[in-house]
Amino acid sequence: MTAKRWFVFVLSLGLAMGFALAQGVTITIACGAVGQELELCKEETAAWAAKTGNKVTVLETPQLTNDRQGFYQQQLAAGSSDIDIYQIDVIYPGTLANFMIDLKPYVSADELKVQNQGIIANNTVGGKLVAMPWFTDGGVLYYRTDLMKKYGVAVPKTWTELFAAAKKIQDGERKAGKKDFYGFVFQGNAYEGLTCDALEWIASSGGGTIIDASGKVTINNAKAAAILDLVASQIKLVSPPAVTTYDEEKARGVFQSGNAAFMRNWPYAYSLGNQEGSAVKGKIGVAPLPAGPGGSNVGTLGGWQLAVSKFSKNPKVAADLVRYLTGREVQKERAIKGSFQPTIPDLYKDADVLKAVPFFKDLAGRQPVARPSTVTGPKYGEVSAAFWSAVHDVLSGKSKAAAALAALEKKLNQIKGSGW
Amino acid sequence: MGTNKARQARAPGSLLARRERTAWLLLLPAILVILLVAAYPLYRTIYFSLTDASYLRPGEEKFIGLENYVFLLQDATWWTAVRNTVVFSVTSVLLELLLGLGVALILNSQFRARGLVRAAILIPWAIPTVVSSQMWSWMYQDVLGVVNDIFLRLHLISERVGWLAASGTGILNLILKNLNIISEPVPWLPDISVTMASIIAVDVWKTTPFVALLLLAGLQSIPDDIYEAARVDGAGALRQFFRITLPLLKPAILITLIFRTLDALRVFDVIQVMKSTDIATISMSVYDRQLLVEFNKLGYGSAVAVAIFLVISVFTVIYITSSRVRFD
Repeated sequence: MTAKRWFVFVLSLGLAMGFALAQGVTITIACGAVGQELELCKEETAAWAAKTGNKVTVLETPQLTNDRQGFYQQQLAAGSSDIDIYQIDVIYPGTLANFMIDLKPYVSADELKVQNQGIIANNTVGGKLVAMPWFTDGGVLYYRTDLMKKYGVAVPKTWTELFAAAKKIQDGERKAGKKDFYGFVFQGNAYEGLTCDALEWIASSGGGTIIDASGKVTINNAKAAAILDLVASQIKLVSPPAVTTYDEEKARGVFQSGNAAFMRNWPYAYSLGNQEGSAVKGKIGVAPLPAGPGGSNVGTLGGWQLAVSKFSKNPKVAADLVRYLTGREVQKERAIKGSFQPTIPDLYKDADVLKAVPFFKDLAGRQPVARPSTVTGPKYGEVSAAFWSAVHDVLSGKSKAAAALAALEKKLNQIKGSGW
Repeated sequence: MGTNKARQARAPGSLLARRERTAWLLLLPAILVILLVAAYPLYRTIYFSLTDASYLRPGEEKFIGLENYVFLLQDATWWTAVRNTVVFSVTSVLLELLLGLGVALILNSQFRARGLVRAAILIPWAIPTVVSSQMWSWMYQDVLGVVNDIFLRLHLISERVGWLAASGTGILNLILKNLNIISEPVPWLPDISVTMASIIAVDVWKTTPFVALLLLAGLQSIPDDIYEAARVDGAGALRQFFRITLPLLKPAILITLIFRTLDALRVFDVIQVMKSTDIATISMSVYDRQLLVEFNKLGYGSAVAVAIFLVISVFTVIYITSSRVRFD
């Protein structure tokens, strides 16, 4: 009895000492949950935790980016210290700058130098480095290599070519008995994703970027109206009737189950589509998005950054985790495992990365089109909501593009008021 | 004379005065709680509605008078939200009442396993709305969803319908077209969009059991001997229903209507989950959340919150005065 008690005492003492030695702090990180994001985030943070002796809690956040932004703002406005690290969208450093610490003191000059300088500039607000770039994004066109061959279709260079090819393949597949087959899926739900998709249609047709760099509302033009009417005319024809409720994951669901010929999505869908169990494994091609008449093909700039909350109780440790996650090693791993686009330009020449994601070499030199988030500052949320609502009305057949864009111009000027 | 007496009776130390003091003491906790959880938030909301407060600049709001309310009157999205909410509330509450009454009558009759059925119908009500809304939006999905699959197999529809996407098509037009009664949409038909109808269907599915339960309680309070007397007098089932059941059930129906209408006017979760902030189905509460949470407009969002409060009060006043409900 006493021997047993003695044994228990020694054991608990040992355990207590073990804990004391491994004593670290707990860092909470809010990670995205689209596709493999959450899984990878857990893996990577666990590796850092094992190395440094700290603990990491990974918080799952809403899938739609505007819901996520809303959740962040609630936390930050309340001054909550529950979350140390926030994964923020490329459009939000300006809005959230006041709530984040300056990361400059924590990152070495070399670590900054290897990053994409355009994104670093985007994340620097008033001389303060609000967030470190984690991965970048640009819209791309996915296609089915097997079906392109089967129907003798070339990779479309213009939107008209895309819709014609989509129709041809859809007709053929339906005749062959696949009743649920559709030509083209994209993000048509009324949310930030539609802003990205529609900006690509319009910018690639020479219709501008909604609001130009000087802050002038430019959306009400004939080129923008023409391409919106064209896309709207394709719904039910080559796009599913409910494409106006699709987000990234719903579009991927249809494409990956083998029910669509073309898809507009971000690069993350590539490695998922090539995983075991995917109906289109090994049959996925990726190309730049088509262009409109007289325009050039562009993808909307997306991507995510990591920022440390100024309410964090352990900003130094949190900044170290940010450094680790945005560093070369983790970015390379994420590119290979999840086809997330690195923000370190060098990695686009890395042999291992290119082997896993061959189309990255085509993306290296491309100049994506940015949403007007810098010029509109904190009002960007309203601007984007007004834009996607107008586009959504056109897509659902409730109004013609010319009328919708005229009304949108008025609304945007009203939001602008005396200035952005 | 009388007032004199009252003053005398309330003299300090008298029984009445002591009783009164005890009464106030006993009421004090309740009054404090109400001040804390109802009056103070309401005061803060009204205060913010008169400022330009923003979550991005905590504590830096400026007083701007009624500017937010003037803007509200011209805000097209707000009025769309009011219309959507009223359409949603009136339609869903009406359907829930009719269906709920039917279910209650069935459950009130004698049959085997009645207890089991009564418990089972409550399942939709027991599932959290967020979960059931997400479940339904998957079922409504156009290509992979089960609703289209079943309807196609039963030949109820001829082609896939984007249930949550068809905000430009009316549900009556869709039904008539699929019954081959019309070939082209009839624009003048008083109609609700397919999308709104799909959302209403989810709410009806979820809330009918609750309504049925409330009405069942009302039915059970009607004494059996009244029916017996009616049978002796030779009144048929239909006559019994309209002459006995319905009049005696009126208080229960009115309470249910008030409960449900006030609840429906605040609708948030089912629309937020299924359609987010799409203008086609946006409700007053969904719009307010967008203003407050996504646009950071604490000032204008508070003005909208006050307006929602007013709209709901209007409905409450209409109900209470038109039905002369007595709450005692």
